[in-house]
Amino acid sequence: MQQVIKVENVKTVFGNKVVHDGLNLHVNEGEIYGLLGPSGCGKTTLMREMVMLEHVYSGHIYVLGKDVTRISQIQVQQLRENWGVLFQFGALFSSLNIAQNIARPLVEYTSLSSSMIEEIVSLKLQLVGLKPKDALLYPSQISGGMKKKAGLARALAMDPKLLFLDEPTSGLDPISAREFDALILKLRDLLNLTIVMVSHDLHSIKGTMDRFAIIDNKKIVYEGPYEGIHTVHSDFVDKFFRE
Amino acid sequence: MQNEAGKAIRIYKEGNAFVIKVQGALDIRSLPAFMEQTKKLQDAELLIIDFENMVRLDTAAALYLLRLKHQKNVKFKHLGNRFLQTIELVKNTPPQPLPKPSNCSLLERMGYHFYLKYRFVVALLAFLGELFVKKLTIFLNPKYFRYKEVLFEINQSAIKAIGIVALTSFLVGVVIAYQSAVQLKLYGANIFIVDMLGISILRELAPMITAIVIAGRSGSAYTAEIGAMKITEELDAMRTMGFDPYFYIVIPRIIALSISLPILIFIADIAGVFGGMLIANTQLDISFGLFLERFSSVIDVKHFIIGEIKGPFFAFLIATIAIYRGFMVKDDTQSIGKNTTKSVVESIFAVIVCDALFSVVLTNLGI
Repeated sequence: MQQVIKVENVKTVFGNKVVHDGLNLHVNEGEIYGLLGPSGCGKTTLMREMVMLEHVYSGHIYVLGKDVTRISQIQVQQLRENWGVLFQFGALFSSLNIAQNIARPLVEYTSLSSSMIEEIVSLKLQLVGLKPKDALLYPSQISGGMKKKAGLARALAMDPKLLFLDEPTSGLDPISAREFDALILKLRDLLNLTIVMVSHDLHSIKGTMDRFAIIDNKKIVYEGPYEGIHTVHSDFVDKFFRE
Repeated sequence: MQNEAGKAIRIYKEGNAFVIKVQGALDIRSLPAFMEQTKKLQDAELLIIDFENMVRLDTAAALYLLRLKHQKNVKFKHLGNRFLQTIELVKNTPPQPLPKPSNCSLLERMGYHFYLKYRFVVALLAFLGELFVKKLTIFLNPKYFRYKEVLFEINQSAIKAIGIVALTSFLVGVVIAYQSAVQLKLYGANIFIVDMLGISILRELAPMITAIVIAGRSGSAYTAEIGAMKITEELDAMRTMGFDPYFYIVIPRIIALSISLPILIFIADIAGVFGGMLIANTQLDISFGLFLERFSSVIDVKHFIIGEIKGPFFAFLIATIAIYRGFMVKDDTQSIGKNTTKSVVESIFAVIVCDALFSVVLTNLGI
């Protein structure tokens, strides 16, 4: 099986605070991979390093076969067209409505006709569980859950091979959260997506993730499927999984 | 792109049917080229699309394939189970057109904009009313007065602005002196440059320049700050915790600016006159001593006082407009920029109108 992401000896330093001290992990193709750990352990930072929003202090991160710590401008652009990122609070462009938000990458990167783009937007909206009649609403007019769904629809707009989700179910009601999990599983199966997600939601950890890594105290304390979690012991693992 | 797509498709004829053989990925990148190829085969009786060598099919391509199947006689061949699922997925989400933004008539639009303007005026009146009530509250209960915030804002808007205000005023003094020196020399009226500079700078130019610099500097900062606080719900948080934004944000800024502006005008007076004095010395051979002697004998102190009195008026206009604009910021990032621009333009305009009123009133009073 191909490795989509490979993290090698990554060290992250902010000022004089060491966040990661030698992380190693890999994500296989078609996998739903989780990054877990206590608040402030640097899960989101690691994900931001993968999508080139933060710099690593030392070490390498390979995404879709390319080393993002040493990469040319052209390769960066190709990479960015091949992944989708869902931010924790959606990060929709506030001056565009939902439809325009989703259509933005399509308009920018493809030569598709506007009627085709509109059909794709309508499809993506329905895929993530939004109604096309909401397409003209602006981000300030919709709820947090809808923002998340719209953000996911935007991340899926280009049918990426790789999807990064930052706490996709936080702030959603339990029903929407389970629907979101089901949606992620369905998309993975149908579109052969590889998904990397940060999550605190025990249900989605059990229900969706094939494997995950637990970052605690600057190191990875566990990497593997949910079934093997009882083999390790740390403060976080004991509290989070056994209570 | 074209090359990639060329590789991705092979077309040949089989009986009366055209066969399109898809190679590699049929996804959003290769789709435009694929669409072009199928359009060329528009009049074909039967289209067979062979997916034997396809490695990837995404939802956008599936959407187009279904659309094609609706329009004409198309057969899919060797469609793998995984790709069939993608097509099923797209098929099961029925096409629903996006709603169109409603097109309204000219009259409707005019009415809408008029209504918005009306709302704007009402909101402004409400703001001024609330400001008045809050000021009265502070006047009656001085314990609500926030000395610390006022001092902080004075530091921000006056102390840190001294350099730029002095420099601008100095340069204006230089320019005015330079231009008039040429004219005055013609008539041998060199010494009158003191009268001219003294009155114009103390009475009009220094207050105006200071107000314009401060409108651009502090006014824009107030709007952007308060606008951002509104978007991040900081203002709402303050309200729920019982910290009235008027006491913590609005009134300290207005009072701070009302104190700052006269100080800055005083500094602008000095810098402007100094600039003029320098040019009088180099161009018209008027020594500093002579200049100052003439200055104290011909320039009434009333000119200085009038300039200073304008300060708090200008400050009130700049601060109120800037803060009001900050409160007007909506929930999107663009409106911060829009309101900041409006805040600066409107406050400079208001300052000039106020200055004109001063001129009319003072002239009629004979001062």
